[in-house]
Amino acid sequence: MKVGVLALQGAFREHIVTLEALGASAAAIRLPEQLGDITGLIIPGGESTAIGKLMRTYGFYDAIRQHHGAGMAVWGTCAGAILMASEVLDALPDQEALGLMDIAIRRNAYGRQVDSFEADLDLQGIGDGPFRGVFIRAPWIESVGDGTDVLARHDGHIVAARQGDLMATTFHPELTGDPRLHRYFLDSIIGA
Amino acid sequence: MTESGSTTTGTLRVKTGLAEMLKGGVIMDVVNAEQAKIAEDAGAVAVMALERVPADIRAAGGVARMADPTIVDEVVKSVSIPVMAKCRIGHFVEAQVLQSLGVDYIDESEVLTPVDEEHHVNKWDFAVPFVCGCRNLGEALRRIAEGAAMVRTKGEPGTGNVVEAVRHIRAVSDEIAWLKGLRPEQLYAAAKDLQAPHELVKWVAENGKLPVVNFSAGGIATPADAALMMQLGCDGVFVGSGIFKSGDPSKRAKAIVEATTHFEDAEIIARVSRNLGEAMVGINISDIPDAERMQERGW
Repeated sequence: MKVGVLALQGAFREHIVTLEALGASAAAIRLPEQLGDITGLIIPGGESTAIGKLMRTYGFYDAIRQHHGAGMAVWGTCAGAILMASEVLDALPDQEALGLMDIAIRRNAYGRQVDSFEADLDLQGIGDGPFRGVFIRAPWIESVGDGTDVLARHDGHIVAARQGDLMATTFHPELTGDPRLHRYFLDSIIGA
Repeated sequence: MTESGSTTTGTLRVKTGLAEMLKGGVIMDVVNAEQAKIAEDAGAVAVMALERVPADIRAAGGVARMADPTIVDEVVKSVSIPVMAKCRIGHFVEAQVLQSLGVDYIDESEVLTPVDEEHHVNKWDFAVPFVCGCRNLGEALRRIAEGAAMVRTKGEPGTGNVVEAVRHIRAVSDEIAWLKGLRPEQLYAAAKDLQAPHELVKWVAENGKLPVVNFSAGGIATPADAALMMQLGCDGVFVGSGIFKSGDPSKRAKAIVEATTHFEDAEIIARVSRNLGEAMVGINISDIPDAERMQERGW
């Protein structure tokens, strides 16, 4: 099993380090042809506009949709969750999302950087106590479709969701050193 | 740090975390909404709102201060990416003003004229994170001790000449490599030599890297310059005068963004470097009198 981390911009290195600490084989993905032997892809946090523009320039939108259609699992964190959504609220006019997941997500939902925060979360499917959520200029998930499960809420807003082999989290597990969500992605989503 | 219920804002982790999200990206200097839009459309990860870019500050001379809040507001309203703004070294009231304007990061910057020749801003007092310049490891660690959540090597701003940026990242990397080779008891003397807290020196020796994200600034003018700084180990780049002092800012900005992502791919760097029009006219560092070198500001 080889997991790819989209490495166009953002906190991709932290995801790779966490995956490797769990014994997984991880690869930085900078070009679509590198998706060939990938069974799961993480789209990391970063600036969704910057990552999206680079995805468009290098042909990632169709490539990721095709590979997902052929069985590649996808997990997006923060900017990555925005890019996976079927609907992006407060997006730039020309901002394109992959439309993989049946969720509506709101960019910069909590405000500016001074409103960024940490909070303990109860994550469905993740045992051993609360998960520390680090929310940085984070989006929230405004609504989910019928086939999408809510994994966690904070202050009433959905912050984690799963739809089959797709997962979106609006916070940053890669910044906490807590590997439980990466373990979940490897075992319960890619391995399912 | 503010706590309400189970939610905590202003933590070091959310401050350094935003810098983590900017990695591999390009932060561009802008002086109005129109430039900010061009930067965002080109794929900038953040913009720095200024009254004048460093090359114009250099040309104008005199005292350079925080931008007019109207300009900062205009930029904040015009883009959805993070907005940074500069305060003068030691000017904690300018920093308070910028925080009240809602900027996402404050750059306590040598590009502006310092107001305190001994002390930098106590950055722990703020909920908004700070980035500061450095020329070597000791300077970086002093700024981090004061609460900087991100650093950038200084280079020489407004020159379009990347030689000083290279000097500074090499200095930081060499000193980190030196610390890694020391025994624990040697780190006390190393801390004295670096004029930095022993606790941070020890952390760097053990981890072999800086505790916060480090971007490169000061002189980057081409896609190859940006890729050079990335290959030398920077986490991302600031481009100040290099974009809007060039012939085709939009095209150059996009090219620098692509070269920063694909910094190890010479074919891509070659492709994006074609037909960019005039680069900004550079300045040789030896032509700048010592007193006008911005990098010397900061202690």
